[in-house]
Amino acid sequence: MSKGRSLLNWIDERFPLSSSLKSHVTEYYAPKNFNFWYFFGSLALLVLVMQIVTGIFLTMNYKPDASLLPGSNVSVAFASVEYIMRDVGGGWIIRYMHSTGASMFFVVVYLHMFRGLIYGSYKQPRELVWIFGMLIFLCLMAEAFLGYLLPWGQMSFWGAQVIVNLFSSIPVIGPDLSVFIRGDFVVSDATLNRFFALHVIAVPLVLLGLVVAHLVALHEVGSNNPDGVEIKKNKDPVTHLPKDGIPFHPYYTVKDVLGVAVFLIVFSLIVFFLPDMGGYFLEANNFIPADPLKTPPHIAPVWYFTPFYAILRAVPSFAGTQVWGVLAMGAAVVVIAFLPWLDRSPIKSVRYRGPKFKFMLVLFIIAFIGLGMLGALPTTNVRTIVSQILSVVYFAFFLGMPFYTKNDVGSVPVPDRVTESTTKMKINFAIMVALVVAGAYLFATII
Amino acid sequence: MKTQIRHLIAACAMVLPLASFANEGGPALDKAPINIQDTESLQRGAQIFTNYCLSCHSAVSMRYNRLMDIGLTEQQIKDNLLPDGGKIGDQMKVSMAAGDAKAWLGAPPPDLSVVARSRGADWLYTYLRGFYRDDTRPTGWNNLVFDKVGMPHVFWQWQGDQVLETVKGAHGEEEHVLKLVKAGTLTKLENGKASTVEYDRRMADLTNYLVFMGEPAQVKRNQIGYVVLMFLGLLLLPLAYFLKKEYWKDIH
Repeated sequence: MSKGRSLLNWIDERFPLSSSLKSHVTEYYAPKNFNFWYFFGSLALLVLVMQIVTGIFLTMNYKPDASLLPGSNVSVAFASVEYIMRDVGGGWIIRYMHSTGASMFFVVVYLHMFRGLIYGSYKQPRELVWIFGMLIFLCLMAEAFLGYLLPWGQMSFWGAQVIVNLFSSIPVIGPDLSVFIRGDFVVSDATLNRFFALHVIAVPLVLLGLVVAHLVALHEVGSNNPDGVEIKKNKDPVTHLPKDGIPFHPYYTVKDVLGVAVFLIVFSLIVFFLPDMGGYFLEANNFIPADPLKTPPHIAPVWYFTPFYAILRAVPSFAGTQVWGVLAMGAAVVVIAFLPWLDRSPIKSVRYRGPKFKFMLVLFIIAFIGLGMLGALPTTNVRTIVSQILSVVYFAFFLGMPFYTKNDVGSVPVPDRVTESTTKMKINFAIMVALVVAGAYLFATII
Repeated sequence: MKTQIRHLIAACAMVLPLASFANEGGPALDKAPINIQDTESLQRGAQIFTNYCLSCHSAVSMRYNRLMDIGLTEQQIKDNLLPDGGKIGDQMKVSMAAGDAKAWLGAPPPDLSVVARSRGADWLYTYLRGFYRDDTRPTGWNNLVFDKVGMPHVFWQWQGDQVLETVKGAHGEEEHVLKLVKAGTLTKLENGKASTVEYDRRMADLTNYLVFMGEPAQVKRNQIGYVVLMFLGLLLLPLAYFLKKEYWKDIH
């Protein structure tokens, strides 16, 4: 026996190293027909690691201190970010990776969630995979919100002010609750310090635990696929392995490396050539140091919160309180977690679903993107009405689901075995993407 | 159906340039003719900035030795730009006391380290050329893009006096335009025709410098970016592509 093998044996007698590698990597059987949409899970993991590593280096130089530098109106925190951008070796690249990573995390996760939506990946037996995923999404939103305060610019300060004030609209406990969250009567140094603590340790710890749970649950039930066919139902009688499954390693590891290469090219284009992404990844107003006495005329959240922010603004105050908008915004996020029980169709994949689901899905895409664009803009009467209509569409997609999915069967029956995407599907996909992009531009022009 | 979709996409592509979120309302901004690679322009801008702006504004995130990035030597910085008794690694601090600033101007002038990143080059270029006489203001000056600005016109000797005139536009709507009524040392006024080329060029230099100061690493950022993209596009991507193809050739 070689030295390496005997060392492995020594470890395996004390720790399940080989067996874990087998069950989660080399002998984890995944369906062989994964398409474009299946890159985003591994990419989310990549971005998570990148955020943690760049975050560690940022904390070495960042100072969560809202006090002003002597003789100026710049805070220590704001200046420490610029110190990273200028005086720390390689600091600018680490900071841009972190700020770009925050936005790209949401790009990747939104696409990952959309994949689950169109292929029914939340359906039985993957309900817990979906629930863990939703909890990850909640953590991610908290993480992004907390982290956005740290540069202590105008948008950091006033964005936090707006969001924390939402809690004060809750009846009875609201005002005390918002003081408890801020640690002060206004967003202040105390708020900055606790948000820093929550951002760098508390939420990431929970996030990592949830990611492990998400993956363990997934590997227990096995991956879904674009056909929504359970590959475990078709096993080879001799080997007892799924006929349509292939080992995750090496097949999907090499495929994911290809996805990583493409992703890194997009990521680098942003980091090196367009780090503020025209004001959507790094807002121009956040380069103004926080000033508690100067409210900016237009407070816009970063793009990934805008769909939910638009819903918040669309709901009018009623019975003397604005809590309804807050509730609607919360419900817009929470309702996604109930998909496994709202969807009553036996069919998983959109490929074999009936026209009702497809129609509602198109409406949902329009509503989500439309709300996202409206949430980034100052309100006008027309925009408010459009936001209200799109908010209704958004909720109709979820709350109407038990009804429109009940007897909704497509013309093509669900196959027994997985199929490969045809050229026609690929062309249709390209047309869909072009339509979404063109539609979004058209919407931006009109609105 | 397919042609319909094609027509739709073509129609969308045509309205694409009209789609714009930025700068809703407010006067139109002039395009700043700047080039961040033009070190001579940046050096001229740095000279204006240290001699004029730093009297009232700070730029605490910027260190004097960072001006070596725009081709200045340590000796040149020490001789021409550094205040007396200053050290080369010092931050660009303001000469005026904060309390005085508040008393004289109503509010302490903002730090300018990253002003180009919050305002944008075009806004700064328009602002620096947008001061006009306004007797209702305590300083006697107002600005086209920053109404009721607290800052007086620092370069009035260069630019001369402008006034704000309201004229009827092409479609009968009211427009505000600036008109030079008294020439400065860098502008000319002949038979009612204003020539502001020299002053505009100075302000472009200053804007250029402010953009550089907003992110001194930006030129290097682009340079490294090309190398990274070459590595990813020419090495990692093809390698990953052929590796995947090789492994997957038996999967049907």
